[in-house]
Formats: sequence, C-alpha cells, structure tokens
Amino acid sequence: MTVQTDTKPNGPAAAAFLAAGIGCFVLGVFTTLAEASTQVADALKLVKDVGPLSGKVVVAVLAMAISWIVAYLALRGKEVKFGQFFAAALVLVALGFLLTFPPFFDLFAPAG
Amino acid sequence: MTLDMRETWALVHGMVLGALFLLAFGGGIAGLWSLRERLVTGEGVQERLPRLMIGTTVMAVVAWLTVIVGTFIVYPWYRAPAPQGTTDLAEYPKFLLLADPNTAEWHNFGMEWKEHVGWFAPFLATAVAFVVLYYGVQLVRHGEMRRAVLVFFTLAFVAAGIAGLFGALITKAAPV
Repeated sequence: MTVQTDTKPNGPAAAAFLAAGIGCFVLGVFTTLAEASTQVADALKLVKDVGPLSGKVVVAVLAMAISWIVAYLALRGKEVKFGQFFAAALVLVALGFLLTFPPFFDLFAPAG
Repeated sequence: MTLDMRETWALVHGMVLGALFLLAFGGGIAGLWSLRERLVTGEGVQERLPRLMIGTTVMAVVAWLTVIVGTFIVYPWYRAPAPQGTTDLAEYPKFLLLADPNTAEWHNFGMEWKEHVGWFAPFLATAVAFVVLYYGVQLVRHGEMRRAVLVFFTLAFVAAGIAGLFGALITKAAPV
C-alpha cells in the first residue's frame, strides 16, 4: 500500500462512495420490508399524505448521513484499498436497485 | 393558457428541475471524461475545473430539490384517495390508473419503481460532487477514483432517467 504524500489520501472518497451505497441499500431494504409487513409500512408513515415513502426516504437519508460521518472520521487521512471500498459501494447500489424493483419486492407481499 | 398550482409544481418537478439535472449530466460527464493528464494540459485542467465543480454541485443540489418536491409536494396529489362514491377519478391519478386493467401497471410497476429509484440520484450525485470538490485538480492523478466518479455519475443519471421517463409516461396517462 503506497502512501502518496503529494496528494490527498483517498479515504474520504472511499467514505463518500460507501455512504451513498449504504443510502441506496437501506432505501431498498425498507422498500421491501414495507411491502412485506403492514406494521413496518404503517410505522414508516411519517407524513400522512406521503405515506410509507416518507419514512423510507428519511431513514435512508439518515443512514447515508450517519454512515458518511462515521466512515469519514474513520478513514480521513488514510490511504485505503480504494477498489475494495468502491466494489462494496457498487454491490450496495446494485442491491438497492434490486430491492426497489417492483417485480422483486412484490415477491414479499402478503398473499391475497 | 394557465397552469394551476398542481400543474405548476409538476412542471417544476419534471421539466425545470428534472431537465436541469439531465442537462447538467451531459456537461459533467464530458468534463470528467477529459480530466486526464494525457488529454489536457495543466492550464487546461485549471481552466475547466471550476466548471466541473459548479456543474457537479448544481447537479447534486438539483437532484435533492427534484426528489423533495416530487415526494413531498407532487406525490400526495398523485396518491390522494378518492372520496367514496366519486365516479370522476381525473383528480385522483393513482386510482384513475388502478381502475383500468390496461393502465394499472403504470402505477404498480412504473410509479412504484420511480418513487423509490429516483432517490438514488441525489445520494450518488452528492458523493460525486463531494469527491470533485474535495480532490479538485488532484482527480487527474487519482485515475481509479476518477473512474469511480464516472461510474457513480452515470448511475445517478440512470436512476434519474428511469424516474424521469416513468414520470413523463405516467403524467401522460393520468396527469396530476
């Protein structure tokens, strides 16, 4: 692992990509959970007129923000294996796409 | 020729903010693509960097505004339940679509996907804007990071594109 002294370390960039991936993934998880459980869907109705979507996006934004702060503090000033962090972020984004894809989350909808 | 409040907000969401986001992508991707030592001189990088920083930041801000307006202002009108006994569903787009088996999938697939995947755009665009602002000219030397920025930038565009396309088609079938 080479440390480049003439450029900023790549840790903060890794933290940003990872946090964005976590935001997408968490939105996907709560989308599927809300489809599978009416209790979860009801709990996510933070704004009545918007319905469960309001809770899903608030939780996802909080997940992204908190994970970004934590990852930034952990990785600032560090040179990391960027490819691994980016690969993890890409996997999280891909899972987010899958979990928000209606034919997929409909598989978890209660029968009837 | 007038626009009521619902039409005006739908226009702001889809045509003003949404179109601005998609337009900003074109400039941003070109700037990022050419941000390489072998393609531009040091002077060239310095000259185009401010535009790239402004462009990616505007794209992230516009993405947030688009989804916030869409979710918290326009969407409630879309999903508002029709009062019992209502026969004219024109003011209740979700239920207008669901009432006809030929249009129900616009909601069950199109809107259900759009309302979620659209939120990926600000998440991804914010990470891109941060990296461009934080690293600035040094992105030229961080090839792996620059490629990652390009990938996330493109994914943000794809997410916004899906949301925008379904938004336009759903609006055509059942305007807000």
